[in-house]
Amino acid sequence: MAEPLLALAGVQTHIGRYHILQGVDFAVPNGELTMLLGRNGAGKTTTLRTIMGLWRASQGSIRFEGADVSALSTPAIADLGIAYVPESMAIFAGLTVEENLILAARSGPLDSARLDWIFGFFGALKKFWHLPAGLLSGGQKQMLAVARAIVEPRKLILIDEPTKGLAPSIINNLIAALAELKKTATTVLMVEQNFHAARSLGDSVAVMDGGRIVHAGRMADLAADAALQSRLLGLSLDAHQ
Amino acid sequence: MSSARFDFIPLVLLAAIALGALALIGSPATWVTLTVAGLAMGLLIFIMSSGLTLVFGLMDVMNFAHGLFIAVGAYVAASLVRLFPAQAGSESFAANLVALAPALLAAMAAAGLLGLFFERVIIRPVYGQHLKQILITTGGMIVAEQLIHVIWGPDLITLERPGSLRGAILFGDVALEKYRLAAVLLGLAVFVGLAVVLNRTKIGLLIRAGVENGEMVEAMGYRIRRLFIAVFVAGSALAGLGGALWGMYQEAVTVAIGAQMIVLIFIVIIIGGLGSVTGCFVGALAVGLLANYVSYLSPKVALGSNILLMVIVLLWRPRGLYPAGGR
Repeated sequence: MAEPLLALAGVQTHIGRYHILQGVDFAVPNGELTMLLGRNGAGKTTTLRTIMGLWRASQGSIRFEGADVSALSTPAIADLGIAYVPESMAIFAGLTVEENLILAARSGPLDSARLDWIFGFFGALKKFWHLPAGLLSGGQKQMLAVARAIVEPRKLILIDEPTKGLAPSIINNLIAALAELKKTATTVLMVEQNFHAARSLGDSVAVMDGGRIVHAGRMADLAADAALQSRLLGLSLDAHQ
Repeated sequence: MSSARFDFIPLVLLAAIALGALALIGSPATWVTLTVAGLAMGLLIFIMSSGLTLVFGLMDVMNFAHGLFIAVGAYVAASLVRLFPAQAGSESFAANLVALAPALLAAMAAAGLLGLFFERVIIRPVYGQHLKQILITTGGMIVAEQLIHVIWGPDLITLERPGSLRGAILFGDVALEKYRLAAVLLGLAVFVGLAVVLNRTKIGLLIRAGVENGEMVEAMGYRIRRLFIAVFVAGSALAGLGGALWGMYQEAVTVAIGAQMIVLIFIVIIIGGLGSVTGCFVGALAVGLLANYVSYLSPKVALGSNILLMVIVLLWRPRGLYPAGGR
């Protein structure tokens, strides 16, 4: 079996006096979109932030391309080719859409061909190119947050609940965009609560509960097993389409 | 300071202060003189405070020792100007520059280096701890002020204005001091320079983004700590420049020059919106204008008037005139 792009082993994270991650073990296969599912408070966001170095793992290893990155600073982790789209989107509201993307393009000027590809599914960004990002709608801000992560080719993209709070039509737009991204064989680790999005996009899946991984496997297997869904997530994917 | 959709509403505050003063003062000639004096004072305060607002915006650091950089800039400039008495006193501006340029550059360099020392040694251990920041920077300022006593002595030293900038230009009944006009031009040049850097360069974009969300800037791969050090040093250097110019404005330097200004500087950056250079600019002009008008109309309430201004602005816009990021 090929070595995964990212592998977590026994990762524990404390935030203040709270013990959030209590030994997280899972792997993200290269070139696949891995879904990280679980109930609220399971530790999904903490897992992404710990991978990114925004919170420090107190124990365990985080291996990216075979090397332990758990002691690296956040910028050093980003330098490895890892992009992060936080749940809050964290767009720079006072900067224009263009300026947000200029900052995200670390290697040089914006690539016009890549921009055209992004505009193909996020047309609003082209329309509001010179508008301060703070004036965009919620869906457009999410488009910008994702666009920042993909404005240059990355090895791994961490996306935290991109569909949260968005209208169904915007969610469909976002799912279509992420499907386009999948065609480029970019590796993605995505936290998601929208099970329709999870099933339509995910190749592999890891389910968290109580700060641990309680299931890992193929998304198709989980989608086909209503009993397993009910046991792991407390509901059925089919009920949430 | 985004070029798109600029918020002009806070500028109404400046117009209200100026027009209100015109009505109360009555004499247009006096009003023009006071307005130019207020603009000069405001722009000098802006030079001194612009770095502090960025430091707070970028790294949430409350540096109560900022006044020290002002004092050091003023003392260093005074020392350098004394080395060139003939050039400084000449009525030729070119000759004045021989004394002024090294004095102002040395003031900026000394304040910048002191800022670097402060950031590395005093402030770095207390990132994210506001109470400790206040205590340790205040303590650092007290120690450094005593060192100033040791180096320059406890007595007031003079810092005369350059010969070509003494006196006033008369327009009918209106007398405009040359030094104040020069201060206005220099203050505007600093503002334009900062605006160009913040809006037209990638480092400026990074500073603005860092003020809004430093964590996300780091997640994009940028070392915000390095950026912060650069901004801290540049802000300290600007404070040094402002201190030198303010010393010439008052034609005297004492160790208390920084401590005297720090109250106005904090009022300015709070009024402007913590982290906003545009807000700092508008806030400084408002404070400078109001201080001069009220000093003329009712000298006893001059300082109180600026605190009242801050209260009014915060009641109107609780996050300041131009809020930056989530502050």
